[in-house]
Amino acid sequence: MLKRLTTLAATLLVSTALHAEPVAGGRANVVIQPEPPSLMMGLVQNGPTQMVAGNIYESLLRYDEKLQPMPQLATSWDVSEDGLTYTFHLHDDVKWHDGKPFTSADVVFSADVFLRETHTRLRASLEHVESITAPDDTTVVFKLKQPFGPFLGIFEAGTMPMIPKHIYEGTDYKNNPANNTPIGTGPFKFKEWVKGSHILLTRNEEYYEEGKPYLDEIYWHVIPDAASRAVAYETGVVDVLPGGSIENFDVQRIADMENTCVTDKGWEYFGPLSWMWLNNREGPTADKRFRQAVMYAMDRDFARDALWNGLGKVAAGPVSSSTRFFTEEVTKYDHDPEKAKALLAEMGYKGEPVRLLPLPYGETWQRWAEAVKQNLDEVGINVELVSTDVAGWNQKLAEWDYDMAFTYLYQYGDPALGVARNYVSTNIAKGSQWNNVEGYENKEIDDLFAKAAVAVTAEERQKLYTEAQQKLVDDVPVAWLLELGFPTIYRCNVKDLVTTAIGVNDGFKDAYIEK
Amino acid sequence: MLRFILMRLGKAAVILIAIMTLNFFLIHAAPGDPAAVMAGEAGAADAKFIAQLREQFGLDKPLLTQLGIYLKGVLQFDLGFSYRQQMPVAQLILDRLPATLLLTMTAFVISLVLGTFAGVLASARVGKWSDTAISSLALLFYATPLYWAALMAVLVFSVYFNWLPGFGYETVGANHTGLARLLDIGRHLILPATTLGLFFMAVYMRMTRASMLEVSQLDFVKTARAKGLKRSIIQRRHIFRNAMLPVVTLAGLQAGQLVGGAVLTETVFAWPGIGRLMFEALAQRDYNLLLGVFFVSAAMVLLFNLITDILYRFVDPRIRVA
Repeated sequence: MLKRLTTLAATLLVSTALHAEPVAGGRANVVIQPEPPSLMMGLVQNGPTQMVAGNIYESLLRYDEKLQPMPQLATSWDVSEDGLTYTFHLHDDVKWHDGKPFTSADVVFSADVFLRETHTRLRASLEHVESITAPDDTTVVFKLKQPFGPFLGIFEAGTMPMIPKHIYEGTDYKNNPANNTPIGTGPFKFKEWVKGSHILLTRNEEYYEEGKPYLDEIYWHVIPDAASRAVAYETGVVDVLPGGSIENFDVQRIADMENTCVTDKGWEYFGPLSWMWLNNREGPTADKRFRQAVMYAMDRDFARDALWNGLGKVAAGPVSSSTRFFTEEVTKYDHDPEKAKALLAEMGYKGEPVRLLPLPYGETWQRWAEAVKQNLDEVGINVELVSTDVAGWNQKLAEWDYDMAFTYLYQYGDPALGVARNYVSTNIAKGSQWNNVEGYENKEIDDLFAKAAVAVTAEERQKLYTEAQQKLVDDVPVAWLLELGFPTIYRCNVKDLVTTAIGVNDGFKDAYIEK
Repeated sequence: MLRFILMRLGKAAVILIAIMTLNFFLIHAAPGDPAAVMAGEAGAADAKFIAQLREQFGLDKPLLTQLGIYLKGVLQFDLGFSYRQQMPVAQLILDRLPATLLLTMTAFVISLVLGTFAGVLASARVGKWSDTAISSLALLFYATPLYWAALMAVLVFSVYFNWLPGFGYETVGANHTGLARLLDIGRHLILPATTLGLFFMAVYMRMTRASMLEVSQLDFVKTARAKGLKRSIIQRRHIFRNAMLPVVTLAGLQAGQLVGGAVLTETVFAWPGIGRLMFEALAQRDYNLLLGVFFVSAAMVLLFNLITDILYRFVDPRIRVA
């Protein structure tokens, strides 16, 4: 095991080495899985859609790995003292892929009209916005109702993609024929999509950033079987395997190949955090001591080393360490079966069975559930694994029909965007897998999250979020597992592929192939 | 003959509607629905969003109403709209049909020709080493799980020897045209078609061999021998033709499955066919698409059963009289 980890760590080091001047030209072959339902990112924001369409559509900002905003369609921005007015200054020479100019009117249309209707996640953030106006062609002003801490974090391409007003205004968005030939402002243009086979994007010759992009074209290959995806890399058909393309047990083998680099960067914005939902309403999992026992019983280091190739981190609590306002100053749950047994004895647990749903996303998750079952068996918890497919799993969670269930969710850089939703009691409602599915109710936590979202200064927010994290970690509403490390595997001569907090999702703007 | 065909077609239509109704209820009996799956893929959704989707897809209506709407559409040759792929079902199926037919028909021809040939060969040399070799091979092909054979074929011929492409329909981005493109597709076809054909090849071989041996014991063959006919003529005219009856039945069964595609083969080899379309539709509970694929494959099974019955009448004059 130690050798395996060292080699992988060494490969990680190689991939961050410095390199020379970018070269223009060439083609990237990339795996995409599953095939996206659509590339119209204003309508669909699932993983594969973002991965391809993140090169077609853009937003006002990008984010570096520390989640600091960088210019994209906006060249600069000002925030008023009171935190209520955000003014963005736009590039003045940007054209849509059909040649029409991009202006502030497009921003107002996208944010205030189109996405308010189609984008559930953005809609929640836009609740804080009083008005969006365009005083001139290159200026956009967002006025807020009250300060909203994470506001500068929502201008990412998947969260607020810019939609061309001249194509969509006044149309039936979902049935607009233009959805099949997406028009954005990004570095690559949509060229061809042969369903079941591949998607082709070509260089945007009119791109407003001098010299970019470097690549001529990107082919996204649709390959449904994980083993075949590994073979596609081995036989040289594809050059890039984005995170999650192949099963974890294949990662080391592929990473050992010649001219192969691996990086787990490029997920900081999403901060994927895995946990087990614990049903707080009924059964043994309703008892805090049982939930704490689960935390002590699990050997999470083992899961990371054996199932995730040593990538990722053991989760400290509800906030991922790459997300803002994370704190380490919380109760630690090390692997301690004796403590777990003591807690179970104290609560008088008699071996009532608990149903555990693995995440139906492939072999790694199945094995992980088996490892956890074994850990829990060791301290006397009687676990039944319940198998489902994706649709069945969705339904069981949405109807609260489970005791424990694996999941992982994105955090989008800020607790107000991607953490609070899972713990505040106002977010308990059947029919969703992303809200407070565990049914945890705590007035104090509700207040802390509510205050922290609208607090003006970062210090104030940090103080409130630290307190919230400490209380949550003591209560264990869910059993946190790992901050997932998804390895992106690529040929080492593909340079600058992962340069932002969303990695390959907008990576091909800067990428080039060294000759 | 015409009357016979018309009657059978009428029966087939009734059976088809019954099958569709049954499929409809079976699919809806599975837990989960497309709205929840699609919302799940988006990574964020609230009850309002899911309710909107349900309404848009007509999933908020009572089940029987939904069935009525669906069957009415089918009767007007409208297979409905795929929720997830945002395209008419008929178009999705038609788009994938050429790839699937190419794969399954090649596999069909390979298995039928090689299987029958090997069966005849084995029956002519009963008990000899060549018979044992052919029979053992057939047993191996019969017993090997398809996905395993497929992965092994990729490992050996694609990864290790690097002779043949391991997946896809053609070399993406090579932009071949004309003959070069045909050759390219042909190279991509070899591994999936062969692995897909293995099972039926074994079945045809064993069936032909057994049937040939059985027929060769019958009285009219003895008579033919007694008449002093040449061995090759007896083999061809007397035994082979009669031995083909069960093989034709079986070929009809296999042919009926041609359009349904091959889920495993298409998945392992990333072949853009109907089998994969169906599998994805199943995972996403894309009801209309799933029902559409079922409809087309059920119709094909019925059609090929009919063709088999007609073929029977040519192969075996006794059936024509009866």
